[in-house]
Amino acid sequence: MSATTVDTPQEKRGSGSKSKYVPQDGCLLEVDDLYVEFHTEEGVAKAINGVSFDLSQGETLAILGESGSGKSVTAQAIMGILDMPPAKIPSGQVRYCGRDLLTMDPNERRHTRGPEISMIFQDALSALNPVFPVGWQIAEMFRQHRGMNKSDALERAVGLMERVSIPAARERVKAYPHQFSGGMRQRIMIAMAIALDPAVLIADEPTTALDVTVQAQIMQLLADLQQERQMGLILITHDLGVVADVADRACVMYAGRLVEKSEILDLYAAPAHPYTRGLIDSIPRVDQKGQTLAAIGGLPPNLTRIPPGCPFHPRCYLARDICSGERPELRELVPGRFAACHFSEEVLGA
Amino acid sequence: MPEVILRATDLVKHYPIKAGVLRHTVGHVKAVDGVSFDLHKGETLGIVGESGCGKSTLGRVLMRLEEPTSGSVDFDGVDMFQQSGSAMRRLRRDIQIIFQDPYTSLNPRKTVGDIIGEPFEIHREVVPKGGRKKAVQDLLDVVGLNPEHINRYPHQFSGGQRQRIGIARGIALRPKVLICDEPVSALDVSVQAQVVNLLERLQREMGLAYLFIAHDLSVVRHISDRVGVMYLGKMVELGTEDEVYQRPTHPYTQALLSAVPVPDPTLRGKREQIVLSGDVPSPANPPSGCRFHTRCFKAQDVCSVEEPEFVQRPDGAGGHRSACHFAEVRQIVPTSDIPTREPDEGRGSDGARIGAGAPPEDVPAPGVDERGVIDPTRPAADYQIGHDDVAPEPRDRQS
Ligand SMILES: Nc1ncnc2c1ncn2[C@@H]1O[C@H](COP(=O)(O)OP(=O)(O)OP(=O)(O)O)[C@@H](O)[C@H]1O
Ligand SMILES: Nc1ncnc2c1ncn2[C@@H]1O[C@H](COP(=O)(O)OP(=O)(O)OP(=O)(O)O)[C@@H](O)[C@H]1O
Ligand code: SF4
Ligand code: SF4
Ligand SMILES: [Mg+2]
Ligand SMILES: [Mg+2]
Repeated sequence: MSATTVDTPQEKRGSGSKSKYVPQDGCLLEVDDLYVEFHTEEGVAKAINGVSFDLSQGETLAILGESGSGKSVTAQAIMGILDMPPAKIPSGQVRYCGRDLLTMDPNERRHTRGPEISMIFQDALSALNPVFPVGWQIAEMFRQHRGMNKSDALERAVGLMERVSIPAARERVKAYPHQFSGGMRQRIMIAMAIALDPAVLIADEPTTALDVTVQAQIMQLLADLQQERQMGLILITHDLGVVADVADRACVMYAGRLVEKSEILDLYAAPAHPYTRGLIDSIPRVDQKGQTLAAIGGLPPNLTRIPPGCPFHPRCYLARDICSGERPELRELVPGRFAACHFSEEVLGA
Repeated sequence: MPEVILRATDLVKHYPIKAGVLRHTVGHVKAVDGVSFDLHKGETLGIVGESGCGKSTLGRVLMRLEEPTSGSVDFDGVDMFQQSGSAMRRLRRDIQIIFQDPYTSLNPRKTVGDIIGEPFEIHREVVPKGGRKKAVQDLLDVVGLNPEHINRYPHQFSGGQRQRIGIARGIALRPKVLICDEPVSALDVSVQAQVVNLLERLQREMGLAYLFIAHDLSVVRHISDRVGVMYLGKMVELGTEDEVYQRPTHPYTQALLSAVPVPDPTLRGKREQIVLSGDVPSPANPPSGCRFHTRCFKAQDVCSVEEPEFVQRPDGAGGHRSACHFAEVRQIVPTSDIPTREPDEGRGSDGARIGAGAPPEDVPAPGVDERGVIDPTRPAADYQIGHDDVAPEPRDRQS
């Protein structure tokens, strides 16, 4: 867990006393032209190349993209848990309630992790500490951040475990992570992530390793918790199906850039970027009978050698000469719809 | 229906659980516990079910990588588990397997040529020694890899390309049956479609029968002619794609189908949701009676006492096999036929074949860097990146 520092006691959000961070016009988080690179032996991997998006209270924003497109790195940059080096953030801002986290005093920033912004990690098993009982791990959050005594903290842990539907929670607070199934561990991760009542929750592939029936339970739980607490939720996934079920808006990432950003209904009904369109066309649907899938040819690029111009051009069915020379910026096509393609109008018209 | 190529009857595989210093057997993991089905020539039988239900074990037993605890497999008229020596060797040519993980299933110290040529070493009679290199290069070509890359090592290929290597090895001996154990699960969505299309093409060309094991019900529907649903070592429902997906009668199948996310936000809130409680019980100690009764939304008293038979049950049409005392049709996913996607100008069905005569799937044009960062429609000389570049390091899903 990231948040294990001593903090001043703080009251529950919404229960009267307030966090010192106040959303402006409902806007919680703004990522503004963010760049992240990794300095490795092979060269500089440009993992994030000018990403911008915002998140409002009560909103679910999906970040979609294939493996290596930069989803987790974006989340880690927001959380401030990138290892630097090898990571470097050459420019950009991550504003939480108007305050830039990247230039914030490290100590103050640390105190935002947990009570303000919190994250569920891609790999639930490795994110839990195997040598401590899960109840203790949850209770520790209350002890450290809220200054609670041991028995109160443990009581809160039981309550949270019940809230995320761990059967026989009271008997199992002393159980160790390996004694829980994958789905139960994910529930415990969720319990820890919401323990301090954060305003922003980032869920990085929260269901990828789980079976569909368990995946459905977990997504339901996340949706309920978000409603109940009016959190801003960033849902990171490569699964277009999961996104369609829960997100209000979605960003599509490719090679560390946003190639499309729009309302979820628009994105699926009429994608404005050839890559988004390719993704949607390449997945089989359980409610459709098979025909040949329209696969996207080729592979995502190596981030140390991103193709010039539009990074998608080597794989794009629409590519023209200009595409390898000029990089398309993310532009607003109609209010609320953004795409980074020279020919988005054509894609939409198609 | 075409001829049966493989018939499994009452297959059982139990793994002993040992405990204590003396390693006494204290119980058994009932990984596969009485599974029967037919596989027909040239068809794809999909096997779905949640993690641990015994799908991979079934595949390994059918390959005879492990001996079954009991039961029999009849392959093309011979009882597979009774064969030995040269007869078994002959059988092994006809049934091959490809595995889920393209990162670990290939020996990293062997060249692609050695890996794909290995079956020819074991079955020397298939291709005379002098013709092996050519045979391997032909195979590379068939699966859409550059035949010149015969001396490269697995790490020099991407995940999708490694899966192609696995497929090339799998089809080297021109088997009649190919068992595909989660062949696309580890791949990115865009690459997954390339491999699915390749498997479909090979089936058409070679008349292969596939046992296609996967947990992704959408992919299985797409590729399968018939589908079997497994739960805790048992087959609970088996039928044609239509029967299982449009007229499911088993509550477990219905719950699985309702949980599959559909990439269509207009359906939000409109789809039927059957949320199952709890997790899959341990196969070491499966529930009595119907194994699904601990999670079943329809369970009655009889369910925990009496095991339902896996037999033909009415489904509103011809009927198909299902193991539920209270089997009844419930349509979960109203199905539409895909409107035929008109390929865009220059955009082939596999998205990569831009322009006539280009190679299949994601095959880069000759001389083009196989990472695919090069536009296959253009001469490689347009790019400063050389052909000898290798694929990126495997991207770590766990990271
Ligand atoms: N510590 C690191 N050092 C070097 N490169 C890194 C590091 N962490 C991430 N990267 C690189 O940054 C790129 C983006 O990685 P990221 O983990 O964000 O991908 P992702 O979109 O989350 O993919 P996945 O779906 O596989 O989780 C990748 O190419 C990755 O190799
Ligand atoms: N060699 C073995 N020894 C003991 N138990 C085993 C062995 N192989 C598999 N099992 C157990 O048998 C059961 C079925 O495993 P199997 O790998 O066949 O499941 P699966 O359906 O392929 O699951 P997944 O979707 O996770 O691949 C599991 O409970 C597994 O732990
Ligand atoms: S800018 Fe050109 S290459 Fe890039 S997505 Fe648009 S059409 Fe394709
Ligand atoms: S037999 Fe009973 S418990 Fe089993 S699936 Fe049918 S209704 Fe459910
Ligand atoms: Mg990630
Ligand atoms: Mg398996």
